[in-house]
Amino acid sequence: MSHILSVLVNNRPRVLARVSSLLGQRNFNIESISVGQSEEKDLSRMIIVTGGDERTLNQVSKQLSKLIDVIEVRTITESTSVERELMLIRVTSEPNVRMEIQGIVDPFRASVVDVGHDSLMLQATGDRAKLDTLTELLRPYGILEVARTGVIALSRELNQTSLTTVI
Amino acid sequence: MAPQLESKTNSIGLDEKKYTGSEILLRSLVEEGVEMIFGYPGGAVLPIYDSLYDGHVRHMLARHEQGAIHAADGYARATGKPGVVMATSGPGATNLVTGIATAMMDSIPMICITGNVPLSLLGTDAFQEADITGITMPITKHNYLVRSIEEIPTIVKEAFTIATTGRPGPVLIDIPKDVSQAMSTFTYPEKVEIRGLFQPEAPTDVQINRLQQVIQQAERPVILAGGGVVRANAQAELIEFAEKSNIPVTTTLMGLGGFPSRNELWLGMPGMHGTYAANHALLECDLLIGIGARFDDRVTMGRIDKFATGAKIIHIDIDPAEIDKNVHTYVPIVGDVKQVLAAANETLSSANSSNWIKQCDDWKAKFPLQYDDSDENGLKPQWVIEHLDETTEGKAIVSTDVGQHQMWVAQYYQFSEPRSLLSSGGLGTMGFGFPAAIGAQFASPDRTVIAVTGDGGFQMTAQELAVVALENIPVKIVIINNQCLGMVRQWQEVFYKERYSEVDLSGSPDFVKLAEAYGVKAWRATNKEEATQAWKEALHHSGPAVVDFWVNPNENVYPMVAPGTGLDEMMMGDEEQ
Ligand SMILES: Cc1ncc(C[n+]2csc(CCOP(=O)(O)OP(=O)(O)O)c2C)c(N)n1
Ligand SMILES: [Mg+2]
Repeated sequence: MSHILSVLVNNRPRVLARVSSLLGQRNFNIESISVGQSEEKDLSRMIIVTGGDERTLNQVSKQLSKLIDVIEVRTITESTSVERELMLIRVTSEPNVRMEIQGIVDPFRASVVDVGHDSLMLQATGDRAKLDTLTELLRPYGILEVARTGVIALSRELNQTSLTTVI
Repeated sequence: MAPQLESKTNSIGLDEKKYTGSEILLRSLVEEGVEMIFGYPGGAVLPIYDSLYDGHVRHMLARHEQGAIHAADGYARATGKPGVVMATSGPGATNLVTGIATAMMDSIPMICITGNVPLSLLGTDAFQEADITGITMPITKHNYLVRSIEEIPTIVKEAFTIATTGRPGPVLIDIPKDVSQAMSTFTYPEKVEIRGLFQPEAPTDVQINRLQQVIQQAERPVILAGGGVVRANAQAELIEFAEKSNIPVTTTLMGLGGFPSRNELWLGMPGMHGTYAANHALLECDLLIGIGARFDDRVTMGRIDKFATGAKIIHIDIDPAEIDKNVHTYVPIVGDVKQVLAAANETLSSANSSNWIKQCDDWKAKFPLQYDDSDENGLKPQWVIEHLDETTEGKAIVSTDVGQHQMWVAQYYQFSEPRSLLSSGGLGTMGFGFPAAIGAQFASPDRTVIAVTGDGGFQMTAQELAVVALENIPVKIVIINNQCLGMVRQWQEVFYKERYSEVDLSGSPDFVKLAEAYGVKAWRATNKEEATQAWKEALHHSGPAVVDFWVNPNENVYPMVAPGTGLDEMMMGDEEQ
C-alpha cells in the first residue's frame, strides 16, 4: 500500500540527499518524491510517496524527524487530501489521428501544448490513477516521451495526523 | 597546558579585531569549554594547526587518524563531554570514518573537524579532495560544510548543541582551507535555535501513573537497562527505582556500570553471551521495562517471536524512533531517562515480586558464569579478567577491543560505576580499545585505566604506543593473547565444523619487544604466578605498561546463544557438546 509523507525541510544544499539517503538506508522504497518552496521562506516541502506497511511508515517518519534539516513530518491520508501530479507526454500522431487523440484527452481535461510534424505534446494534471489511465489510452498511438512531476498533496482542512510527536 | 585563550569580547559583545577563520574556530571551541583536541595535521588544516601553535587548546598528536578519533571517543565516554577530533581533507577525513560510525552507533557526543580543499576547488577532484560530508551523512547526527567564515561561530555552537542534546551523537564540520584562512571579526552566539532538533519533554503525570499501575500489577517484572542510563548519568535514579520497586535488573553491554554489578538485584548481562538468570528472566517475565536500551539483536537474537512473549513492555527512551522499532511497546515513555526515573521514584512502591526474586536468585545460584580455572594448559582468560577485577576492586576504567576478551570483560569484571566500561558495542570496531583508553586517561588522570585488547585488535591501532610513551600516559594495556582471532575461531568451531579459515595470527610480533621499542615497559605472563607478579608490577608502575597474557587459545565464550535461535537455547559450555 502506498503512503504519502509531507515533509517540511530546511531549504539548504543536500537536504534532498539526506532524505533520500535515509530512506535508502532504512530499506524504504520511494515511489516518487517532489520538492518545492513551502509557505515559509526558508523551508521547502517534500512530498514522498512510499510503499510499505503502517509500522514501517511509522518508523520512517520518526527516523526522518531525527534529521536536523527536517522540521516536521506528516502522513497524508488519501481520502482526506488533495493529490495532484503534472504530466507532460509526447505521442506519435500523424495528422490523420490528431482529432482522435483530441477526443481521448478532452474528458481528462488535458491540453495540447506543442504540435510537431509527427507528434503532439500533451499536458495533464490529476491524481496518479488518472494520469496512468490516460497514458494507457494513448499507448496504442506510440508514446515517445513521458515526464511526470511526482505527486504533490495537501491535506484538506482539519484532517491531519502529525507523527512528529509520539505520546 | 591549560587553555590560554581568553575571549576578548567586550561587554556589549562586540569585538572589532579581525581573526582568521582558524582562530575563530579555536576561539569558538574554547567558548564551548574544549580542553583537548585529538588529531593529525595535513595540507587542508595547516591554517588551523598554525593557530594551534599559539597554544590555545591542548592537542594530542595521534599516529593514525583512527587512533585520534577513538581517543576522542574514549574521552567522551569517560566524561560525557563531547570529544573533539581534527583531521585533514581526503585521506585524513576518510580515516575518521570508522571512528565516526563507532560513535554514532553508541550515541557518543563528538565534534569531528575536517579540512577540505578551497571552496573554488570543491567538486573538481582536487588533490586530497573527498566529499566527507556526503560520505558521513548516514553516520553522523548531522554534518556541515562551512561555506563562509561568518558561519563558523554559529555552526560550532549548533554542532555542540546537536551533539549533546537529546540522544547524543557525532557531528562533523568540514572547513575548506580558504574559509579557515579568511579574516573576520568574532562574536560567539550565546544561544542558537535549531528548529529540527528534537528535545524530549518532561514526563506527564499520566505517563508516570500508568507506569506505576503496570508495575503494581506485575508479578515477574524485570528491568533491561542499556547505554541510555549511562549517557544520562542516571545510575543513582536507576538504583532507587529498582530497589523501591523490587525489580531485578539486567544491563546490556552498553549498560554495564549503569547499575552496580555487586547489587543483589543485578542479574548480569543478557543476550548472546548473557547469563542464564538474565536470559531466563527476559524469557519468563510478565513485565519488561526497557530503560535506555534499544532491544538490538545481540539481546533479542533477532527472534522477537521468542523474546519476552508473555510480557507487557514499558519502554523509556530519549529517542522516539526507538519506540516500537524492534519490539511492540505497551507503555512508551519518550524522555530523558534520568528525569523519567526521578519522577517515577517520587511515588513508586514495590511490585509483587518476592517469589520472582527468589526464582531469579535460584537461577543465579544454579547457573553462575563458570570456567575451569586451572592454568595447566595456559592461563584462563576469564581468570585474568577476574584478577584485574579483584586487584582494582571493580573501580578501574576498562576499555575493550572487540572479540572474546571483550565478552570476558563484560562477564567477569564487576563494574560498579557508570562510564567505566568503554566498549564499541554497536559497531564492534576492532582497534577501538587501546586509543579509547588513552582518551579516557587524558580525561581522568587519577584513575586506573586499563585497555583490555586482543592480539588481533591491538595490532590495528598499536602505533599509538608512541603517544603513551611520549606523554607518559599511564594506561595499562592488557593483551589477552590467544594467538588467534578468537571470536571468529569460536564461530568457526561452533558453526562451521572446525574449519578454521584465516584466524591464525602466527607472525604477530613479540608484544613485549614491540612495547619496548616504543619505550613502554612490558611484561609477559604464561601462568597464574607470572600473571599475578607481572600485573602487580604493571599496575604499580607509574607510566604506561603492556602485559602480554598468553592464554589458552581453545577457550570459548560461554554461555552462547546462536543468532536466530531463542534465548532459551543457551549453550552453556564445552562439556555439553
Ligand atoms: C575492524 C574489524 N574487523 C573485523 C572484525 C570481525 N571480528 C570480530 S572479533 C574478531 C577477532 C578478534 O581477535 P582478537 O583481537 O585477537 O580478539 P579475541 O577474539 O581473540 O579475544 C574479528 C576479526 C571486527 N569486529 N572489526
Ligand atoms: Mg586473539
